Amino acid sequence: MTKPIFIDGKLIEVEPGTTILQACEMAGAEIPRFCYHERLSIAGNCRMCLVEVEGIPKPIASCAMGVTDLPPNKDGAPRSVLTASPLVKAAREGVMEFLLINHPLDCPICDQGGECDLQDQAMAFGCGGSRFGENKRAVEEKYIGPLIKTFMNRCIHCTRCVRFMTEVAGVEELGAISRGEDMEITTYLDRGILSELSGNVNDLCPVGALTHRPWSYIARPWEMEKTESFDVMDALGSAIRVDSRGPSVMRVLPRNNDDVNEEWITDKTRYACDGLRTQRLDHPYVRDANGKLRPASWDEALAVVAGKLSNTAPERVGVIAGDLCSAEEMYALKDLADRIGIASIDCRQDGAKLDPSLGRASYLFNSTIAGVDQADAILLVGANPRVEAAVLNARILTRWRQGGLTVGVIGEPTQLTYGYEHLGVGPQTLGDILAGKHAFAEVLKNAQRPMVIVGSGVAARADGQALLAQAAKLAAASVAGKDVGDWNAFNVLHTAASRVAGLDLGLVPGKGGLDTAAMIAAANAGKLDVLYVLSADEIELPAKGKSFVIYQGHHGDRGAHRADVILPGAAYTEKSGTYVNTEGRAQLAVRCVFPPGDAKEDWAILRALSAKVGKTLPYDSLDALRREMYKAAPLLARLNTVAPAPLAGVEALAKKNGAVDAEAFASPIRDFYLTNPIARASAVMAEMSALKKTLEAPHRLKAAE
Amino acid sequence: MQLQDKDRIFRNLYGFHDWRLAGARARGAWDGTKALIDNGPDWIIGEMKTSGLRGRGGAGFPTGLKWSFMPKNDPRPSYLVINGDESEPGSCKDREIMRNDPHLLIEGALLASSAMKAHTCFIYLRGEFIRERERLQAAVDEAYDAKLIGKNNIHGWDFDIVVHHGAGAYICGEETALIESIEGKKGMPRLKPPFPANVGLYGAPTTVNNVESIAVVPDILRRGGAWFASLGLPNNTGTKLFQISGHVNKPCVVEEEMGIPLRDLIDMHCGGVRGGWDNLLAVIPGGSSMPMIPAHQCNDLTMDFDALVKLKSGLGTAAIIVMDKSTDIIKAIARIAYFYKHESCGQCTPCREGTGWMWRVLERMRRGEAEKREIDLLFAVTKQVEGHTICALGDAAAWPVQGLIRNYRHVIEERIDARHEAVKEAAE
Repeated sequence: MTKPIFIDGKLIEVEPGTTILQACEMAGAEIPRFCYHERLSIAGNCRMCLVEVEGIPKPIASCAMGVTDLPPNKDGAPRSVLTASPLVKAAREGVMEFLLINHPLDCPICDQGGECDLQDQAMAFGCGGSRFGENKRAVEEKYIGPLIKTFMNRCIHCTRCVRFMTEVAGVEELGAISRGEDMEITTYLDRGILSELSGNVNDLCPVGALTHRPWSYIARPWEMEKTESFDVMDALGSAIRVDSRGPSVMRVLPRNNDDVNEEWITDKTRYACDGLRTQRLDHPYVRDANGKLRPASWDEALAVVAGKLSNTAPERVGVIAGDLCSAEEMYALKDLADRIGIASIDCRQDGAKLDPSLGRASYLFNSTIAGVDQADAILLVGANPRVEAAVLNARILTRWRQGGLTVGVIGEPTQLTYGYEHLGVGPQTLGDILAGKHAFAEVLKNAQRPMVIVGSGVAARADGQALLAQAAKLAAASVAGKDVGDWNAFNVLHTAASRVAGLDLGLVPGKGGLDTAAMIAAANAGKLDVLYVLSADEIELPAKGKSFVIYQGHHGDRGAHRADVILPGAAYTEKSGTYVNTEGRAQLAVRCVFPPGDAKEDWAILRALSAKVGKTLPYDSLDALRREMYKAAPLLARLNTVAPAPLAGVEALAKKNGAVDAEAFASPIRDFYLTNPIARASAVMAEMSALKKTLEAPHRLKAAE
Repeated sequence: MQLQDKDRIFRNLYGFHDWRLAGARARGAWDGTKALIDNGPDWIIGEMKTSGLRGRGGAGFPTGLKWSFMPKNDPRPSYLVINGDESEPGSCKDREIMRNDPHLLIEGALLASSAMKAHTCFIYLRGEFIRERERLQAAVDEAYDAKLIGKNNIHGWDFDIVVHHGAGAYICGEETALIESIEGKKGMPRLKPPFPANVGLYGAPTTVNNVESIAVVPDILRRGGAWFASLGLPNNTGTKLFQISGHVNKPCVVEEEMGIPLRDLIDMHCGGVRGGWDNLLAVIPGGSSMPMIPAHQCNDLTMDFDALVKLKSGLGTAAIIVMDKSTDIIKAIARIAYFYKHESCGQCTPCREGTGWMWRVLERMRRGEAEKREIDLLFAVTKQVEGHTICALGDAAAWPVQGLIRNYRHVIEERIDARHEAVKEAAE
């Protein structure tokens, strides 16, 4: 039942639970605020959002007062809210004056300048000068890690950062000590924060008290080019905004996308961007007779590659695509391989036993990320979402905090930020639940919106397909006979941004082809002569001398070290490319800057190579390539949407059988900060990785020192 | 008019008699308690409403009405929380109750809890109250031992009392900050609504009452609400513990009828103002947060909620601070301003920033190192704090300063002039 309310004389109807602030926004009245944030709990402490309600003498904090909480008028008429009355204006000016009396006048050297809520609102709602003649408060800076730089003089004590760390990041490491005007935001004993999401507090801080340490003093917000794109550091495809100046990416910020990342991104997404400037491959290289890589021209390098490809029997050539590739270059790669007749092609460098022929549902996160908000039981099978998809983990925490969600974990017992039942460590427990011998089977049976989330580490095991089949069986059984619409409980949590697109495009071994592990084994055994590696850096390539390795990619990482020819490609910020996230959502990342030096967009390299090999790919532009690609995989054309995959995929997977090993599950991510070549090239990520190791080292060691 | 001994509720206020269970029983406590409980919650709340008892913690909200706000048929447990965080400067009445008549409080807690269907009561004690806690805990233990409270007690209402010792923060006397403190969190007031009656301690319905409000409950129920209502003035019924401190000859805590004239109170019980009635400068009538009342308004002032509100002040906790003409009134208020600056929890902006600003300006005014225009500035600042905060501490910090400026502006101006003269002379 809606409730009527007048906002500045305009009558609107609002749903129960709407706050006055939300009602005012619906009516088009702007309410200034500092502490209020849509995605955090309500603190009501900044007092900037005060409004007048006719008939109530005191102004009311509109963020905290529900429309239905207002006592009704005596005559039963709707309450009238005034957002621009003299009382409100005076109250706002008063609060603004209070906020500014102890706020330093260091805007010219403040990194928040130009995007500061306090600056903006002081202009809009303040009263110009200050009447405060006393000394301003001075607060000591705090050290809270390599990511967050503090200027505590500027803090206005809105506690957004404290609430974020507690409610979304799930680590209670920030808090306020002392009281009154001595109140200070700090960590325990100036300790660095260990959270995968800590950088978001810098975005949340409405003033310059918490700023981004890695970007401090390097750029002003107004001098940067802003490009809206998508992230590739994990398989969620978080919406980001890339800020660049000239040829360099200066920073990465989150964008709002309620279906995926709300408005959070991980520290890796945000701060690994300095890795885009270092360790870059900006020139083709060819290994000379002395075993040294020497710079070469594009013509020379491509001629060498074309020669190798033309003069080798296709069954002795292997092709591997890595974790950061966009769909376009994978399509071109597959197209070229098909034309040459190469059957050994694989996009699963981790060796995941995912088979696209079973149907799309067999390898997607079918319940969708937003579906977590409705889940009432989650079974994590060998998945550690905190490091594999930290933003998803925050979503599970938010859901868990609302109550009515049971989480069970099979795998390593780690800190997930929310409470869970640790059911077991390996396949034995999964089998028990499936057989109904375990208590958690009852939880899944009683749940209306169950989710079974299988980690990519499970899929990558030798017995991966059998385990996936068991999980699929369990997921199918957990919804069987329930009136849950098209809810699909089977979820694969990928860690590689390119994986789903690769499977959609069929980058798996063809008839008689080898998969990644088999290719490398064959190369080491002398049965494979040429290996074409498209930015795959997470695998142990064949030993030197065993096969000719062509590496196409953007960073001088493991692949490039072993390569015999290097073809420099573009990183995700330097090319327009389609990425499909773990739930099957196709998203188009946009070129923000140009690749460095002679590096080129990857599809163009493959197109040029195809001409040299004599198998010219029939597209001269990205648009033409996409037209062809959409014919092969029509779902890639449906950007920013998730098409529910037919349940048949899960059922087909569930029919698979196989022997299961008893070995415990393990997450494929050992170090959250160093999972891909860009992050490994980043000095910030290296520092965070070192900090994490120090903080997590056993205390006994410290005592012994 | 003086309260007669037969109408006295706190018969061991001064600790002349035994505070233990036997002594309390001799004075009538725990007499027929079961019968009172058996009359049922509706009867108890009805009697409380009839009595007209207004909350003794400062705000003066009718106690019976407050109890009736507790939700009926709620699946969650209900809690009674008794506020013994008596921290208002000048206030010292709850302390005497807990020291000398703790069984009145315990019996009252049982009766109030049965009326609100609460099986657990938390008594929150101020951090500095060490001896009081020991006495109260001893009395609670006695009551448990005598099966007066606890599981399967003789009254047929399962009832537990937890004595919770605070850490000495003034703000924890605010009911929601007190609840946060019991929950183990930092004492910061909550936003209202939701009110504690709906979402209080541990998210359950909770009523927070002052110690004195609860301690008078047994006598009201035994003697009838009408008896209590017959004392005092209409809408300001019953007896009240007045605490007189400052420049009187014999400072004391005394139980008197509501509405007693201030002059009678001081002359009869406190041996008069130091140096005689004419030496009176001003009184703060209800604890440090209430605006002061200058001497010329004190002559026929009655001590009750309504009369004091008319003078833009309030009865508060009835902690009367008397100041004679030797008082440096600016210094006195500056000291109070320092107290509120020190005790602000720091949560919301106007109070966090405003209390420090007010104190600093007052400190300079005390020495005369100010400009006259700053008096209006200071008044404007108090108005910017008042009514803009989550809890009433902002108001409490603003009111004494407003009282000073309203009544003694000329003193501030004289001080500033004198200082300017002195500086000029020194420069010449």
